[in-house]
Amino acid sequence: MAGAEGDDSLYPIAVLIDELRNEDVQLRLNSIKKLSTIALALGVERTRTELLPFLTDTIYDEDEVLLALAEQLGTFTVLVGGPEFVHCLLPPLESLATVEETVVRDKAVESLRKISQEHSPVDLEVHFVPLVKRLASGDWFTSRTSACGLFSVCYPRVSSTVKAEIRQHFRTLCSDDTPMVRRAAASKLGEFAKVLELDYVKSDIIPLFTALASDEQEDLEALVMPTLRQAAEDKSWRVRYMVADKFSELQKAVGPEITKNDLVPAFQNLLKDCEAEVRAAAANKVKVFCENLPEDSRETIIMTHILPCVKELVSDTNQHVKSALASVIMGLSTILGKDNTVEHLLPLFLVQLKDEVTHLELSPVSHLSVSLSLVVKDLSDCTTAETQLFIFQCPEVRLNIISNLDCVNEVIGIRQLSQSLLPAIVELAEDAKWRGVEFFDEKLNSLCMAWLIDHVFAIREAATCNLMKLVEKFGAEWAQNTIVPKVLGMANDSNYLHRMTTLFCINALSEVCGQEITTKHMLPVVLKMSTDQVANVRFNVARSLQKIGPFLPWLD
Amino acid sequence: MWSSCWTYSLNLSSVPGDGDGQSRWCLSQVKGAVDDDVAEADIISAVEFNHSGELLATGDRGGRIVIFQQEQESKNLPQCRAEYNVYSTFQSHEPEFDYLKSLEIEEKINKIRWLPQKNAAHFLLSTNDKTIKLWKISERDKRPEGYNLKEEDGRYRHPSSLTTLRVPVFQPMDLMVEASPRRVYANAHTYHINSISVNSDNETYLSADDLRINLWHLDFTDRSFNIVDIKPANMEELTEVITASEFHPLQCNTFVYGSSKGSVRLCDMRASALCDQHSKLFEEPEDPSTRSFFSEIISSISDVKFSHSGRYMMTRDYLTLKIWDLHMESRPVETYQVHGYLRSKLCSLYENDCIFDKFECCWRGDDSEVMTGSYNNFFRMFNRDAQRDSTLEASWENGSPGCPLKTWRVCTGSRRKRNEIGVDCLDFSRKILYTSWHPQDNIVALATVNNLYIFQEKPN
Repeated sequence: MAGAEGDDSLYPIAVLIDELRNEDVQLRLNSIKKLSTIALALGVERTRTELLPFLTDTIYDEDEVLLALAEQLGTFTVLVGGPEFVHCLLPPLESLATVEETVVRDKAVESLRKISQEHSPVDLEVHFVPLVKRLASGDWFTSRTSACGLFSVCYPRVSSTVKAEIRQHFRTLCSDDTPMVRRAAASKLGEFAKVLELDYVKSDIIPLFTALASDEQEDLEALVMPTLRQAAEDKSWRVRYMVADKFSELQKAVGPEITKNDLVPAFQNLLKDCEAEVRAAAANKVKVFCENLPEDSRETIIMTHILPCVKELVSDTNQHVKSALASVIMGLSTILGKDNTVEHLLPLFLVQLKDEVTHLELSPVSHLSVSLSLVVKDLSDCTTAETQLFIFQCPEVRLNIISNLDCVNEVIGIRQLSQSLLPAIVELAEDAKWRGVEFFDEKLNSLCMAWLIDHVFAIREAATCNLMKLVEKFGAEWAQNTIVPKVLGMANDSNYLHRMTTLFCINALSEVCGQEITTKHMLPVVLKMSTDQVANVRFNVARSLQKIGPFLPWLD
Repeated sequence: MWSSCWTYSLNLSSVPGDGDGQSRWCLSQVKGAVDDDVAEADIISAVEFNHSGELLATGDRGGRIVIFQQEQESKNLPQCRAEYNVYSTFQSHEPEFDYLKSLEIEEKINKIRWLPQKNAAHFLLSTNDKTIKLWKISERDKRPEGYNLKEEDGRYRHPSSLTTLRVPVFQPMDLMVEASPRRVYANAHTYHINSISVNSDNETYLSADDLRINLWHLDFTDRSFNIVDIKPANMEELTEVITASEFHPLQCNTFVYGSSKGSVRLCDMRASALCDQHSKLFEEPEDPSTRSFFSEIISSISDVKFSHSGRYMMTRDYLTLKIWDLHMESRPVETYQVHGYLRSKLCSLYENDCIFDKFECCWRGDDSEVMTGSYNNFFRMFNRDAQRDSTLEASWENGSPGCPLKTWRVCTGSRRKRNEIGVDCLDFSRKILYTSWHPQDNIVALATVNNLYIFQEKPN
C-alpha cells in the first residue's frame, strides 16, 4: 500500500482530530490538550489555514475544553510559523475572550498577553490593537471586561497616535455602565499606569483613580486600594512620587475609613521612601494629610504614626526633604495644640534650625507666620536664653522670623524684640550667606519702615536704632538711595508721630550717614519742620538740631 | 385624588373607562391549545420578557420552558410588532422525590428571571420549589464536517485508506437553538422557593422561600449566603412567612421582601451580613372599618416589584395594588382597587381557595402604567398619569387580532348593558395570575390557565 509507513504515523493524529468532535467531553478534552501534536503533524501552513479556522468556530463547548484550548493557543507561536505569523492566533483567542465563563475569558486574555510579546510593533498596530479595540467597544460586557487586561501589553510599543487611542479606550471603560467592566478596569489601573508616560499618569490615571475610588459600587474601592498600595510600593520611584504628590486627592477620594486603615500605612512608607524626591513629595503633604484625617482619630494617628516619621525626616540628608518639612512642622502645631507643639514639635523645629541650609529661598516663609508666632511666644515663655541665642544664629530661622515679625510683634514682648531680634537683623547683615543689599531691600526694607511708624514708642525707638546699625553696615551711599528718602518722606505724613519719627531717625542716622548727606538732605527737612503746627514736633526739631549740630560743617 | 387617599374605593359604575368602552389595546397572538381539556402539565406558571423584550419565556407545571422570539422581520412594523414565535423549548425541571420527608418535589416552574445579556447567548434562571437552574440558550448555525476515519454517517473507514490528514471544516446549517443547563443551585432551601431576583451587579442573585432568603453568586453552586432568616426558634410561634422578594434595580445592596401579613421590609446588605433587621418597614395601618375574619389573608403580599426608576415599589395583595414611594414607609402613595367587588364574596372565595391565589403585577417600561390580573380572564390596567383604569378580557373568542379590545365593567346591580357582567357571573376558575410587560414597548404578555396571550397597544 502506498505510504504504509506514513499511514501508521498519521493514524494516531487522525484519531486525535476526529476526537475533537467526539460526543464524550473527556475525549474532546484529551484532543485539545494534544493540540500541539496535531499542529506539528499538519505543519505550519495547514495549522494556519485549516486548524485555526476550525478552532475559531468551535466555541460551543464545555468550559474545560475551552479553557484547555485557550491555554494551548498561548503556546502556539512556533506551531504557526513563528512571530511572523503569530497574529493568526488572534481570531480564536478573540472569540474565547467573549465567552460567558470567566475562567475561560481570563485564560484567553492571559494567552493574548503572552503572544502580544511575539508581535512586532507593526503587527501590534495592524492586528493586535484592532482586536483590543473591538473588544473594548463590544456590545457585551464580557468582551469589554477582557479588553481591560490587554491595554498595558500593547501600549509601550505602538505609535503615539495609537497610544492616544488606547488611553481613550481605557478611560471609557473606567466609566462603563456595567460595574463589572469598571471593576476590571480598576484592577488593571496600576498595571496600565506603569507603562504610561508620567505626564499621562498624572493627567489620566489620577482622575480615573479618584473616580473609581468613589464609585457607588463598594467593592470598587476595595479593588482600587490594592492598586494604590501597589503603586505606593512600586519599584519605579516615579510611580511612588506620583502617589505621594497626589496623596491628598487620593485621601479625599477614598474617605476617612480607608484613609485610617490603608492610607496611613501607605503614607508612612512614602515618608520613609528610599528616594529623596518621594520623601520630599510626601513631606509636602503631611500638613494637608493630617488636616484631612477623621477628627476623632486625628491626634492619635498623627502622634503614633506620622510624627515618628517626621522626626526621622528632620535629620534627613536631603535638602529638599528638610525644607519641605520646615513648612510642615509648624503647620502641625495648629492641629496638635500648644502642649503637643511645645513637647514634640518644638524640639524638631530646633533641630531643623541647627541645620546648615544653603539655599535661603527654599524655606517658604509665609505659612510660618501664624504658627511661628505661637512658637516664638512659647520660646520666650519657656526656653532658655541659650536656646534663643542659637536659634537666632541660624540665618534661615532668623530670616523667617524676621520676615514674620509682624506676627511676632504681637506675641512677644518688646524687650525680647529689642534685645534679640532686631540685633538679629544686624547679624544677618554680616552673614556670609546673604546675597547682599538687594535682598535686604526686597525683604526687609518695608518691614523696617513699618517698625518706624509702629504705634508702640519702644519699637519705634528700637527700629530707629536698628536702622542706624544697618546704615553702618551697608554704607552711606546705600542709605542715601534707599533709607533716607523714605525717612525723609515721612516728614510730610499727616500723623505727627510719624513726623517725629523722622526726626528721631535723622538723629540716629546723621552720625553714620556722614556730613554730606546730613547737610544736603536731612537738614532742610529738619528746618522745614520747625514751622510744624504741632508744638511737640517743633520742640523735637530743636532737639534734633542740637543732636545733629556736631555733624554739620558750619557748626565747627 | 388617588395619591392622597390611603383607601380609595373605586365606584365602578361611574368610573371613566378609556373612552367609549374601547381601549387602545388589541390582541396580537394566543399561544397554546385552545380546547377545554387542559392537561395539568400545560398550565402556565411563569411569564417573563427578557431585558430587550425580544424574547418571552413561559414556564409550566410540567417543568417545561418555552421561549418565544419576536419576529425579526416584523418587529419594526408598528402594526405587527408583537408577533412572537417559538424559539426554543426544553425541559427545565423534572419531578423529584425527597426520600427523607417522603415528599414529592413538583417540577412546576415557579419563577423565571432573565440575566442581562452578556454575550451572543441568552441566560435565564428558572426555579421550582427547591432547585434553581441557570440555562444558556444559544444559536448554532454551522456544523463541522469531515472525519478522517469515518464517513459523515458514522460508517468507519479502514485506517489504511488514510493518506492525508483532514481537518474538519465548518459548513452552514439550519439555525438550531440549544438550551443547556450551565449551573444547578440545589439544596439550599428547606421550604418552597417563591422568588428569585438577579442583582444589578450581574454577578449575584437572591432566592427566597417561606422563611429564608439566600444570596448566590452565579458562578458558584456549592455555596450560598443566608441573608434573611425569619424562622422562629419555636415553629409554633410562626405567624408570618416571606411571600415575595426582589433586588433593587439599581442599588446592588438593597432588596425588599413582602410577607403574609401585608408588610414589606427593605434591607440593606451593607448594614450587616444577616439582614433580619430591616432598614425600612412599609406597612399601611389597617382600616378598622373593613376589618374582617379574612383581613389578614387578603393583606398577604403576593408580589412586589420595583419601578424601573428604582424610586417606587408596587405591592399586590388580594384586592388592591399599592404603589409606595421608597422614602415613605407609613402608607402607599397610590392605591388601586383591582376587584373591590369581591370584598363581599370573601367567604365563598375562602371556601374555594381562590382567596389564596397569588397574582403578579408589572410596570410599564416608563413606569406610567401598571397592570395585574383578575378573575374571569380579566386583567386590569391602571394609568398612573391619567388616573384612569380599564378592565380588559383575555379571550380569543371576543376579539380578533388587531381589533381593539373592549373594556369591561363588573356590576353589582341587576341592570346589564353591553360589556357589563355581574359579580356572580364571574368564572373564578379562569384567572390571570402571571403577567409581564415588554421593557420598552407597549406589549404585554399574560397567561390564562394554559394559554399565553400577547397584546399590543395601537400606535398613535
